[in-house]
Amino acid sequence: MGKTLFDKVWDAHVVDTIPNGPQILYIDKHLIHEVTSPQAFNELEARGIPILRPDQIVATADHNTPTINQHLPVEDPLSRNQLEQLSKNCKKHGITLYDLGHKYNGIVHVIAPELGITQPGMTMVCGDSHTSTHGAFGSIAFGIGTSQVAQVFASQSLLLKKPKSLRVSVNGILPPGVLPKDVILYIISQIGTNAGTGYFCEYAGNVFEEMSMEGRMTVCNMSIEMGARGGMIAPDQTTFDYIKGKKFAPQGDAFAKAVSYWKTLPTDADATFDKEYHFDAADIAPMLTYGTNPGMGIKINEHIPETGDMTFEKALEYMNFKGGSQLLDTPINYVFIGSCTNSRIEDFRVAANYVKGKQKAPNVNAWLVPGSQQVAKQLEKEGLVTVFENAGFTMREPGCSACLAMNDDKIPSGEYCVSTSNRNFEGRQGQGSRTILASPLVAAATAIEGKIVDITKTILA
Amino acid sequence: MEKFTKLTTTAIPLPIENIDTDQIIPARFLKATDKKGFGDNVFRDWRYDTEDGSLIKGFPLNMPQYKNAQILVAGDNFGCGSSREHAAWAIVGFGIKVVISSFFADIFKGNALNNGLLPIQVTPEFLKQLLDTVQENPDTQITIDLKNQVVEFAGVHAECHTDPVEVQGRSTKADFDIDPYKKVCMINGYDDIDFLVSKKEAIEAFEKERVVFGR
Ligand code: SF4
Repeated sequence: MGKTLFDKVWDAHVVDTIPNGPQILYIDKHLIHEVTSPQAFNELEARGIPILRPDQIVATADHNTPTINQHLPVEDPLSRNQLEQLSKNCKKHGITLYDLGHKYNGIVHVIAPELGITQPGMTMVCGDSHTSTHGAFGSIAFGIGTSQVAQVFASQSLLLKKPKSLRVSVNGILPPGVLPKDVILYIISQIGTNAGTGYFCEYAGNVFEEMSMEGRMTVCNMSIEMGARGGMIAPDQTTFDYIKGKKFAPQGDAFAKAVSYWKTLPTDADATFDKEYHFDAADIAPMLTYGTNPGMGIKINEHIPETGDMTFEKALEYMNFKGGSQLLDTPINYVFIGSCTNSRIEDFRVAANYVKGKQKAPNVNAWLVPGSQQVAKQLEKEGLVTVFENAGFTMREPGCSACLAMNDDKIPSGEYCVSTSNRNFEGRQGQGSRTILASPLVAAATAIEGKIVDITKTILA
Repeated sequence: MEKFTKLTTTAIPLPIENIDTDQIIPARFLKATDKKGFGDNVFRDWRYDTEDGSLIKGFPLNMPQYKNAQILVAGDNFGCGSSREHAAWAIVGFGIKVVISSFFADIFKGNALNNGLLPIQVTPEFLKQLLDTVQENPDTQITIDLKNQVVEFAGVHAECHTDPVEVQGRSTKADFDIDPYKKVCMINGYDDIDFLVSKKEAIEAFEKERVVFGR
């Protein structure tokens, strides 16, 4: 029987299998950041265990960093302490760190792909659930807890049970104005937030084949929001072209060799999956969430379901929405374009294209937070910073920012924020804040209008 | 890690589904660099009034009748969301040793087990009976027997005579699953680091064979 992409990569990394128990899986690349690593460093230190492969670890500061005045000392003493700990730990153990202000600094899931660290066929982990992003390259990439960060430090391996396999296929032609973000929000709204628990997902079908790497990353990023530990897309010419020439990509002959190996990775035609879903691209529309988990999504002009269980009612109450109503025309004061889901150059190009020559509504605070210094530089180079600034948007410095509001970028209590991030949990963007997840295009349109508008009408018009 | 074999205690009911790790421990409390003190902020925004900081009396974790309970009984899909292990540290820090739900998110489950916190998955029927019972009678004693993989509580709730839960005399019990390797770890208080470090030779042998192209 044939093997899936996931099987091929997984099986190539099994060091050993414990009878009746988990397997030891070798980890090629380990990404770390300031929030989930300090306790792991402490743990190793306390036990006197060295870090086995420091040269396979890459560190960045992103979760807790300010997005203004990054050249100045960080004001919040707790954040500053975490950042200092990271620098100290990396220095001590010889780990490469792209610290605040470094030309490669940025959100961990944005920088690793753009530096060519992420490659097909690899196993990658990070103490962050959106590590699933890197699956866009056909790698097995998933988030881990801090105890596991310590395990990888100590052994470059993890003890894991092989997950079940799931395939989500989307075929057909996407309607105008539908972006990769809408595709994944649509999938999650259809199958729910725990349909993927216990599974690793592969996305297949012409919709993903025709998607850019940025788009694929957006999709894989949100795999965790349907419960799956990770999501993968078969590597193809788009993948190889993206990687070619990147700083840490294989060069010359090594690249050609790598490509011929990567070409063996896609799922065999006769491979089977434990679970499959099929969707028609034509049924997807620009999406919005109305509740407090990413599965509570509707098409932009749909009505919120009338009734649901207690959890549903609690979510609507938190969001101050009514069952049966529409989100169109809801006044919005905050718009956030950023996060590891949608802070790559392509996301800003789409937004800028819409914004060009328009003015944001006076009631709106529109924050744009690029995913990395490299994205920020590219925005400058393409003149997009000027486009946004002329339209009244605020361009910040790179970081996770209002995606999780650990720094000062918080949405005030009771306010709605149309956000390109990945989680609309209660208080995620600040205590009492109300998040509506959307694509960068819908976010840009909201900022211009000051309320939610049906972009399918404006774009077609 | 503390050893875990058997536990008899009361439980706190939290009949909410999809409780995510941002609720268990909000991001603004993740700035510490050690594992201590997270228990004070567990379910922070549900336990305290966001305006004046006072305790919300109606929230189960604040109710005197559930004080000292070491089990949390929660709705479906517990622990979804971020990979923050701080969520497990916060629950353990509050004094909880077991979480019972009808479904757990993957990463949370692993994090819990790595911190001596036992996640027990039961059927939705069993969960409902347990929730109803502890809400009606907060003194209900629940016994977790890890060796035999059984969860049992005294006092049969009025509606509980339904399958597939086994009702024996005046107690209701169910079996639960746990990875055999993890079970050994919990019972003996070992963790994965010890085990992996002991496999260093195999890991180094693997490294010699593995495919590497990049830098
Ligand atoms: S942008 Fe948000 S989701 Fe992504 S790594 Fe940062 S905090 Fe996590």
